[in-house]
Amino acid sequence: MIYLDNAATSWPKPPEVLKAMTDVLERAGGNPGRSGHRLSIAAARVIYDTREAIASFFGTSDPLRVIFTSNATHAINLALRGILKPGDHVVTSSIEHNAVMRPLRSLEKQGIRLSIVPCASDGSIDVRDLEKAMNSTTRLVIMTHASNVVGTLLPITEIASIAHQAGALLLVDAAQTAGAFPIDVQAAGIDLLAFTGHKELQGPPGIGGLVISDNVDVSQIEPLMRGGTGSRSESEEQPDDLPDKYESGTANLAGIAGLGVGLKWITDRGIGEIRDHLKKLSQTLINGLSALPKVKIYGTLDPERSVAIVSFTVTGKRVSEIGLRLDEEYDVLSRVGLHCAPAAHRTIGSFPEGTVRLAPGAFTTVDDAQEAIQAISKVVRS
Amino acid sequence: MTQYGVVLFHTTSAVMRAEKLLIKEGYSIKLIPTPRQFSSDCGIALRFDWYRRQKVKLALDSAQVEINSINRL
Repeated sequence: MIYLDNAATSWPKPPEVLKAMTDVLERAGGNPGRSGHRLSIAAARVIYDTREAIASFFGTSDPLRVIFTSNATHAINLALRGILKPGDHVVTSSIEHNAVMRPLRSLEKQGIRLSIVPCASDGSIDVRDLEKAMNSTTRLVIMTHASNVVGTLLPITEIASIAHQAGALLLVDAAQTAGAFPIDVQAAGIDLLAFTGHKELQGPPGIGGLVISDNVDVSQIEPLMRGGTGSRSESEEQPDDLPDKYESGTANLAGIAGLGVGLKWITDRGIGEIRDHLKKLSQTLINGLSALPKVKIYGTLDPERSVAIVSFTVTGKRVSEIGLRLDEEYDVLSRVGLHCAPAAHRTIGSFPEGTVRLAPGAFTTVDDAQEAIQAISKVVRS
Repeated sequence: MTQYGVVLFHTTSAVMRAEKLLIKEGYSIKLIPTPRQFSSDCGIALRFDWYRRQKVKLALDSAQVEINSINRL
């Protein structure tokens, strides 16, 4: 089987990730911080170590500003709902995932004003259009780091500088880049980074986070949920201490342990090496598809300017039929349709049919990519 | 008999920071359930040798680890 749906979730996971998840429940199964016994303390250590590893991985200094969430969607909702107030202006791009668009559309009904900067049909953005969209009431810019449909990377450092010049914060949706592309929050000027653990960070589903940069005043961010934290238990008010302010309820210990080991797997291998490998896979898929008749490839067609996501359509064939035949006849798993990103498909011109998306991962080989092209070639010709 | 002190914190994350820091600096410490006579802030407290209380406080302060209080057990 050739799994090319890593943009939805990475598979397989490193075996040590699965092992860490069962180990932690056997060895450290207490509720972190709620009790003082050894299993509770052991659990708290695992969580804190992962917090530190994440801070260091994303180039930020304070592990207490790493907030665990269920996934990137949860982190994005926490940031948007925590920061924006009626009357605030927010700017986003036209290639966002519904993890961004749906909370924004809902906030719009509550009095937040939204500007959407149109991207080109290859998913790229002209930062001059972003500059024009900014005004004195712009509180936040939220942009994906890379499109989940065509893989196109947005110039986050430039976007950060434009946001800051207007006095706005930058929230980056790193669902597709965390673990696949180097990210340095401080160097890039990212104020808030939402990530998920189950894609290229090699962790399990159900764990993600929000990294809050040192310069962000957390008194300006309301919690999304309130509840027990194991701290300041005498009070019925939510504590202001980090990370407890934003982390009510029992943590996903197994998920956090798995994510910690996923991060170690990446740092042992080297993020640069993973990025190079993914670029090679991307190039193999683009070259192979370019040689096929009736195939239209979307995006920049340049692995340097994108992450390893390649979307295509075939004239005269439904994407659903292509996906089903690849799965049933050739054991190639892709994802077809709109990929939870109708705005992005409108931008690239593939709405409402969608595309066939090929997303190799760290475990995909060049042979896998070539074999997938052979299979697609047969489906296209028959 | 050893005289112990105990550092109380507001959050588990602060306890974890303190534990790592003090172990790295060679202190003999142990995490224990917070003695009920002191506080209900956080379930875990850090026990240390009382005679080193000034150095412990200095170490935690200079690393900006937020503490609730330091008490004699």
